Amino acid sequence: MFYRENGQFKTSYRADQQIFGITQDRVAVLLLVAAAFLVVPVITSEYMFRAILIPFVIMSLAALGVNILVGYCGQISLGSGAFMAVGAYAAFNFFVRVQGMPLLLALLLGGVCAAAFGILFGLPSLRVKGLYLAVATLAAQFFSDWMFLRIKWFTNDAPSGSVQVSDLQVFGIPIASPISKYLFCLTILVVMALGAKNLVRSAIGREWMAIRDMDVAAAVIGIRPMYAKLTAFAVSSFIIGVAGAMWGFVHLSAWEPAAFSVDISFKLLFMVIIGGMGSIMGSFFGAAFIVVLPIFLNQFLPFVGSLVGVEISTSGISHAELIIFGALIVWFLIVEPHGLAKLWSTGKQKLRLWPFPH
Amino acid sequence: MGFFLETLLGGLMAGMLYSLVALGFVLIYKASGVFNFAQGAMVLFAALAMARFAEWLPAYAGIDNFVLANLIAFVAAGAVMFVVAWLIERLALRHLVNQEGTTLLMATLGISYFLDGIGQTIFGSDIYKIDIGMPKDPIFAFENIFEGGVLLNKEDLYAALIAAVLVGLLTLFFQKTVTGRALRAVADDHQAAQSIGIPLNRIWFIVWCVAGVVALVAGMIWGSKLGVQFSLTTVAMRALPVVILGGLTSVPGAIVGGLIIGVGEKLSEVYLGPYVGGGIEIWFAYVLALVFLLFRPQGLFGEKIIDRV
Repeated sequence: MFYRENGQFKTSYRADQQIFGITQDRVAVLLLVAAAFLVVPVITSEYMFRAILIPFVIMSLAALGVNILVGYCGQISLGSGAFMAVGAYAAFNFFVRVQGMPLLLALLLGGVCAAAFGILFGLPSLRVKGLYLAVATLAAQFFSDWMFLRIKWFTNDAPSGSVQVSDLQVFGIPIASPISKYLFCLTILVVMALGAKNLVRSAIGREWMAIRDMDVAAAVIGIRPMYAKLTAFAVSSFIIGVAGAMWGFVHLSAWEPAAFSVDISFKLLFMVIIGGMGSIMGSFFGAAFIVVLPIFLNQFLPFVGSLVGVEISTSGISHAELIIFGALIVWFLIVEPHGLAKLWSTGKQKLRLWPFPH
Repeated sequence: MGFFLETLLGGLMAGMLYSLVALGFVLIYKASGVFNFAQGAMVLFAALAMARFAEWLPAYAGIDNFVLANLIAFVAAGAVMFVVAWLIERLALRHLVNQEGTTLLMATLGISYFLDGIGQTIFGSDIYKIDIGMPKDPIFAFENIFEGGVLLNKEDLYAALIAAVLVGLLTLFFQKTVTGRALRAVADDHQAAQSIGIPLNRIWFIVWCVAGVVALVAGMIWGSKLGVQFSLTTVAMRALPVVILGGLTSVPGAIVGGLIIGVGEKLSEVYLGPYVGGGIEIWFAYVLALVFLLFRPQGLFGEKIIDRV
């Protein structure tokens, strides 16, 4: 009744090509963004910021990057953790070694380094496909694990191998309180998400999707596979790299190579698949699911245990978390293999007709 | 020369152990097109079951015969792996038929989280020992050919022998039995196999059982070598380059790939490692596999990938 496009006529190409074609969508998204910027900081506690919101925002950005590569260009990658690590350590080196380096520039340069690293490890994708490529991208992961552990130059010769940053500020505003951190990450996320959305509906985005759907056919109709695949790797790892730098700088503030282990690569791929491949919106859903689920289980299981009168040990909880996490993932893949984004679009379709049955 | 040979042989034996894990991947991929990331978790689960049964069952039944106790534990752990295989097939994979490769891959990752969690809940999460009487003492070989001879680890040698025997048995099973022929038919073409009356679900169950037994043997050997603990799951990560190097669909490929990776790892660690800071084994294996893939994208013995528009 309320959500329908009847009567909204497009009279120009410009109007026809808007990101959100329907007025209701546009208003809803603007309200959502406004709420994220204005309402959330007021009503949320510090714990929520630290434990949920900041990780969610940064992981959404990373999942967005992975989605460009996996969901839009169809190149399965298990090396996302490595791209995050390269972004984080490169940004760290720029930030520490160059006097007066602004934070924002350091983050972006970290992204650029990650993009270069991504292109390097994307080169095999020109020849190796599918699952072989997925395993091959693990090379990037293990190489970066080793590189940041063993080559001391990257960690600024820190004796413990752990690096830290302090005195973060942007344009003179300190990024120290959870609220400022949240707003900073959110701003970057919104800007990058907008950029990514526009990128995937432009010429290059259509090339990526053509490569994903059938690379030989795409090559036949004149799309250069090398250009398309490598740009996908570059853009994706740039975004992942910036997210990695933010994860290190803003969320962890002190980290070691284990923070970007293969586990994070798997989690990012989970986010993309559970959220929905080839959907910008899906990245947010997936990130929310994967970030919130362990925290929820962590809080929820002792509660259930106390209800039935069983004291669950800490290791018991972590094992139960693994069990439930694994089972939920399998269950989820069975009931909705196309991800939460598909549920979302089905819901929208239903809403269009509501309350009439047909 | 003696030292080189020693490294080489050490690499070959380590490679045999990798191929044991890699075999599990190949079997399942061949028969069902599922890239089974849970193989590492299955190895851990089987090893945990074996270690704990060897502790519990003899104590319960009052057996103090060493061989018999291990045998009972092995059979019990094998039975547990059959149940696991049945549950995986029944509860997860049956519902995921015809999904994309990525979805299946993620599903097996979910299964691996599940197995990790439930294995450690049931069997405990400490470090356990599997004692199957593997000799730990090193031996010297070729003493009359080289000065000082070649130092060999007896344990590795026996492990490699067990692996070789298992591979032989599997080959016999695949080539000479009716079930083996059905398995090969399914691997070749699902629909054609189904159309001549081969029950897909049962075949998948069997193949997961076989993979479970392979995981059990791998877990037994690796467990007696390293101790049964959570880090056993990383063995699967080390076996992945073996799988893609040899080709996802080839059993001989898993063996040859394992040998190449094993030798490459050891030689690189010994001769290249000191220059770059050591610990390069893991990524070197991947890079080695990657280099091979650049020349043969389907792995050494994999089926040729033909793209049709």
